[in-house]
Amino acid sequence: MAPAPKLKLAVWKFASCDGCQLTLLNCEDELLAIADRVDIAEFREASRAVAQGPYDLSLVEGSITTVRDASRILEIRRASKTLVTIGACATAGGIQALRNFKDVNDFISLVYASPQYIDTLATSTAIAAHVRVDFELRGCPIDARQLIEVIGAYVHGHRPRTPSHSVCIECKQRGTVCVMVARGTPCLGPVTHTGCGALCPTYHRGCYGCFGPMETPNTGSLSEWWGHLGVREEDVVRAFRTFNADAEAFRREAQAHEH
Amino acid sequence: MSTRTITVDTLARVEGEGALTVTLEGDTVIDVKLKLFEPPRFFEALLRGRRFEEAPDITSRICGICPIAYQMSAAHAMENACGVRVDGALRVLRRLIYCGEWIESHALHVYMLHAPDFLGYESAIHMAKDHPAIVERGLQLKKVGNDVIVLLGGRSVHPVNVRLGGFYKAPTKLELAPLAEKLRWARDAAIETVRWVASLPIPEFEQDYEFVGLRHPDEYPFNEGRLVSDRGLDIAISEYDAHFAEEQVAHSNALHSTLRERGAYAVGPLARYSLNFDRLSPLAQEAARAAGLGPVCRNPFQSIVVRSVEILYACDEALRLIDGYEMPARHAVEVRPRAAVGYACTEAPRGILYHRYQIDEHGTILDAKIVPPTSQNQKTIERDLAHVVPKYVSLPNEQLTWRCEQAIRNYDPCISCATHFLTLTIEQASVRT
Repeated sequence: MAPAPKLKLAVWKFASCDGCQLTLLNCEDELLAIADRVDIAEFREASRAVAQGPYDLSLVEGSITTVRDASRILEIRRASKTLVTIGACATAGGIQALRNFKDVNDFISLVYASPQYIDTLATSTAIAAHVRVDFELRGCPIDARQLIEVIGAYVHGHRPRTPSHSVCIECKQRGTVCVMVARGTPCLGPVTHTGCGALCPTYHRGCYGCFGPMETPNTGSLSEWWGHLGVREEDVVRAFRTFNADAEAFRREAQAHEH
Repeated sequence: MSTRTITVDTLARVEGEGALTVTLEGDTVIDVKLKLFEPPRFFEALLRGRRFEEAPDITSRICGICPIAYQMSAAHAMENACGVRVDGALRVLRRLIYCGEWIESHALHVYMLHAPDFLGYESAIHMAKDHPAIVERGLQLKKVGNDVIVLLGGRSVHPVNVRLGGFYKAPTKLELAPLAEKLRWARDAAIETVRWVASLPIPEFEQDYEFVGLRHPDEYPFNEGRLVSDRGLDIAISEYDAHFAEEQVAHSNALHSTLRERGAYAVGPLARYSLNFDRLSPLAQEAARAAGLGPVCRNPFQSIVVRSVEILYACDEALRLIDGYEMPARHAVEVRPRAAVGYACTEAPRGILYHRYQIDEHGTILDAKIVPPTSQNQKTIERDLAHVVPKYVSLPNEQLTWRCEQAIRNYDPCISCATHFLTLTIEQASVRT
């Protein structure tokens, strides 16, 4: 019997820092094995070789910020059997979505002297705002173990198994002492999606929400607790308005504290 | 004259998205345009109104390949504004985490992005089929760099442990011991890397650059020093804006930097090495000489050798730092805001990264300016291409295009940083018969 054809993988980039696709190259122990199991049809950061679609699995990094990119993602969706977004930019618009809360023309003229040369949309939006997304991998940046799980899952034909509970649970699993209870450090862990390994608290730092909101987060209650710790309303707004500012739960909570 | 056009839609093995157009009449290049059409993300604007202590984490998101550089430039600039100096073991740790980033970023470029050009492979993954042991060595070397960042920073991309004044949590001496073990292997692998890249077919090509980089009284520069050039520039970082200008050009989303008095200049490994050869460790100097490098290197295609020498230096330096490390009494020194302007420039893997911030007495950011290495090198890359193309003009289109790509990759351009896209178009007007 002939061997089953290899999964045809493509990696695409929109407005982003390249860090999530770099995470694939950062799988130093697994990269050559992965390259053996899949057919890398498009991965510009790593290879000049490009094969035409259709693709079995497209990994999409970055957010939509230009007219050109808004049409490019439609083409990629049409050419892809499965489309997975990787990272906070693709999943929630990224840090560049802070423009969604301001007048973009002020932003352009602050950075560029001749704004007429710049092609940009007024907003930075998630991939799911434009096309159907089959699976979203969270994080700013994504976690390498989770990326391997996602690629492995599609190679073997099942859905990726990644937990969706809060960072709090991960701290308990690791045995990390709660920074909010023990040190009075404001922490977004109770409302933030797991996946990082609960890093910040192990470094005695409060979680800053780079994996975005967990399922059904009680952000209002957390803000109240932050208030008890003496955090000012404007700092609550800033805390929810970072790398996942336009994720719905974080957007709403920030707006609730904006006066 | 008629026009011969060579086109590549997207340049690969660079960070970010860009395009290039070279126009020739006969064998004469009449125009080179490096187009960086990566969508702009407006970091300088979105920093306004944020807290000063947020700058390292926010600016880190400009680049996933060199987040430490952004965290270091941002932290030092804020500390400069607030009149704080970070010394002793905390300074050692900052230097150590930067060593990790140089090893990781340079190994990625040497093995995964640049070496395939010299040997005619589309990618390192293709190269691995014929040279598995070499690619494996490169990956493991890169991994050791990432291991340094992970231990000190929590994760390799956008690490979480760097803060104004130092770190959230400093490691114990014991925690650094396993790292030293890995770095000893990496130092040997780096020596092998320098030997291997020196044996690659490197084109003969020299250019007359003005090299700009940091210069420290007794160290190979990472975080501190004066900004100097080989043509007499010698300034404090706070004088940067008086000497450098940024201009916007229609064909690029990245601003072009120039020296106000003399125009184009080069930053990065070649500049750093040529300005600071005497500050390299004896082991790195010896490896450089054995690889046929002099104390100054003006061949951009040899940048792969210089990068490898810097990997070796970073391993050597990291081991020295670990050896002398004693855990600091405090994880960070306090940084209190005051109304001021702060400046910093550090040596990112690709060259100097300048940050300037104006903050108010509560620590709110009023103004930010960030000048990444790739925007400073844009003009120099265009100039190199204007000389590379005539030299190789007899090559068939496909090979000439590849040679141009290789010349661009000499600079390890990070377009995500600079605007944060490369398509290559060579237009050639051939002689009409």
